[in-house]
Amino acid sequence: MGRAAVVPRPRLAIEYWLLAYRRRWKGSLLTSFLSPILFLAAMGLGLGSLVDAEVGSGRDLGGLDYLDFLAPGLLAGNAMMLAVNESTYPVLGGFKWYRTYMAMAASPLRSRDILLAHFAYMAFRVTLASFVFLGVMAAFGAVSSPLAVLAPICAALCGMAFATPTAAFVATRTNGDNFSTYTRFVIMPMFLFSGIFYPVSQLPVVLEQIAWLTPVWHGVRLCRALSTGSGVEWELAGHLGYLVALILAGTLLAQQTFTRRLYE
Amino acid sequence: MQSEPAGPAAGVCCRSSYDCNRKARCPYPHRVSLIAAWGLTKRFGDFTAVDGIDFEVQRGEVFGFLGPNGAGKSSTMRMIGCVSDPTGGALRILGMDPSREGTRIRSRLGAVPQQDNLDEELSVAENLYVYGRYFDLPRSVLRARIAELLDFVQLTERADDQVEPLSGGMKRRLTIARALISDPEVLLLDEPSTGLDPQARHVVWERLWTLKRRGVTQVLTTHYMDEAEQLCDRLVVMDRGKIVAEGSPRQLIERYCTREVVEVRTHGQAAAMADALRRLGESPEAPAADTPHERGPSSDQLYERAEELPDRVLLYTDQSERLMAQLGGVEHESVLVRRSTLEDVFLHLTGRSLVD
Ligand SMILES: Nc1ncnc2c1ncn2[C@@H]1O[C@H](COP(=O)(O)OP(=O)(O)OP(=O)(O)O)[C@@H](O)[C@H]1O
Ligand SMILES: [Mg+2]
Repeated sequence: MGRAAVVPRPRLAIEYWLLAYRRRWKGSLLTSFLSPILFLAAMGLGLGSLVDAEVGSGRDLGGLDYLDFLAPGLLAGNAMMLAVNESTYPVLGGFKWYRTYMAMAASPLRSRDILLAHFAYMAFRVTLASFVFLGVMAAFGAVSSPLAVLAPICAALCGMAFATPTAAFVATRTNGDNFSTYTRFVIMPMFLFSGIFYPVSQLPVVLEQIAWLTPVWHGVRLCRALSTGSGVEWELAGHLGYLVALILAGTLLAQQTFTRRLYE
Repeated sequence: MQSEPAGPAAGVCCRSSYDCNRKARCPYPHRVSLIAAWGLTKRFGDFTAVDGIDFEVQRGEVFGFLGPNGAGKSSTMRMIGCVSDPTGGALRILGMDPSREGTRIRSRLGAVPQQDNLDEELSVAENLYVYGRYFDLPRSVLRARIAELLDFVQLTERADDQVEPLSGGMKRRLTIARALISDPEVLLLDEPSTGLDPQARHVVWERLWTLKRRGVTQVLTTHYMDEAEQLCDRLVVMDRGKIVAEGSPRQLIERYCTREVVEVRTHGQAAAMADALRRLGESPEAPAADTPHERGPSSDQLYERAEELPDRVLLYTDQSERLMAQLGGVEHESVLVRRSTLEDVFLHLTGRSLVD
């Protein structure tokens, strides 16, 4: 067996994450089921019946029932939330508590293998949860186009557009003190103001323009178009491009902060 | 002094290194060092943790780093393990430069970090498996090697148990097994036996001995003098980022210590007794000044140095019989004569006890 044959690859580290996932997949899948059920029941059915009665299937929702409007938005928003969870404490833990990254760094794996492996695992988690979400949406009758099967992929992209820069930031932290501030005052407002619950055109112009910059708005638009089968191609390509660009930028940033942290 | 490119010391081969390709023309005796460092430096912000140290480790050797807490041992070990970038000086490991070939170097090292980083949720065997996969070892190879290593560190019965509830000693042994999964040429052990009970420590030492016999080069740090004396062919003592002494355990004792130590116990009045002893030491000729480091040629002095501890006074001497004969004049509880140990060297060099 040639010594020089060691070629570090992210896939070697992905095996670790999958093995670790095997220990918790049941709980994690259950959460993936319950959370869309709760949201769609409460907001889609409960709130939706009110909205539909008041507005009718009005112009403002693009001619959609509230449930059909809301569900794909929540799909993207849920992916964002999950991705942020996966890229805060687990990443800090990799450096500090579980020291998973440190164990990997002592092997031939390079910092880029280590972070790409973790990102791949996060993408896997978010994609899986998003497909479960889509299944629940379908059960609620909130899917009206076969293209919807692509929506979870877009939701995962939306999630990763958050996860990669978040992980890059977390790699510069020595403790989790700022994390709840970050979720509460950065992520939560995006959840509330980026077109998940109502079209951003309802907002004052300034807020609307800010919403356009948030990755989650692009994710919401993509998921909604795919789930309802009503989108303009070039606009969708633009959303995709925006998310992919953010993921690339986040990954490059993470490459820097991970390398600094791992070899300090 | 800034981190100037660390040249080799005068009188040593230009590269002193594994891959010297000028062997034929080199005017100096060529030595094949597995690890060589010149002026190796590590700074954290303004703080200098490792302050320009030079050392070389030869193939098959067990090389130790001793030093008080914060001396810079782990910082050095991490640089050797290619998980910490040096801030100055030069480092060659297996003839390669860690800043450019970290991956290739690491593929031939096994590292036991000071702080365990096992995955506590996974089982004992799974920990070995995933780590082996980081080295791209095929599953079939791993299966056999895991069984062999678990046997080697006596954890076969716990193979399928989760790691979290294992005892500290078991975790340490598992970490050592994990470091061996890739059949490394060099094993780095940062305090391999700290926190273990005497039994577990002996198991670890015995395993390290076996590895030494198999020709695995080992670099270790320790706070246990007996560990260093038993395992290390050569060692350096570090203090505040610098190397303050280097040699084999025997050489160090000869160079920095007297042959014997007379321990005089007292009833809790060490200071008064130390004074009396000092007068005793002064009687023949000039007082035995506490000159640090290298000791001069032995003289007629009764003892060379005295070390005052709360309950006793240690007298370092080459003439224990003469000294004992004179002790009658000093009030004391009991006397013990013993050979000097590495611990005495350590106390002398660093001015404090190892485990503080
Ligand atoms: N990542 C870091 N950032 C800042 N300072 C550090 C860092 N790592 C180590 N140090 C400092 O460098 C010095 C040397 O630490 P190091 O861990 O190398 O000592 P050591 O000899 O291994 O000590 P011990 O015997 O306690 O393990 C210490 O003062 C420590 O505080
Ligand atoms: Mg240490």
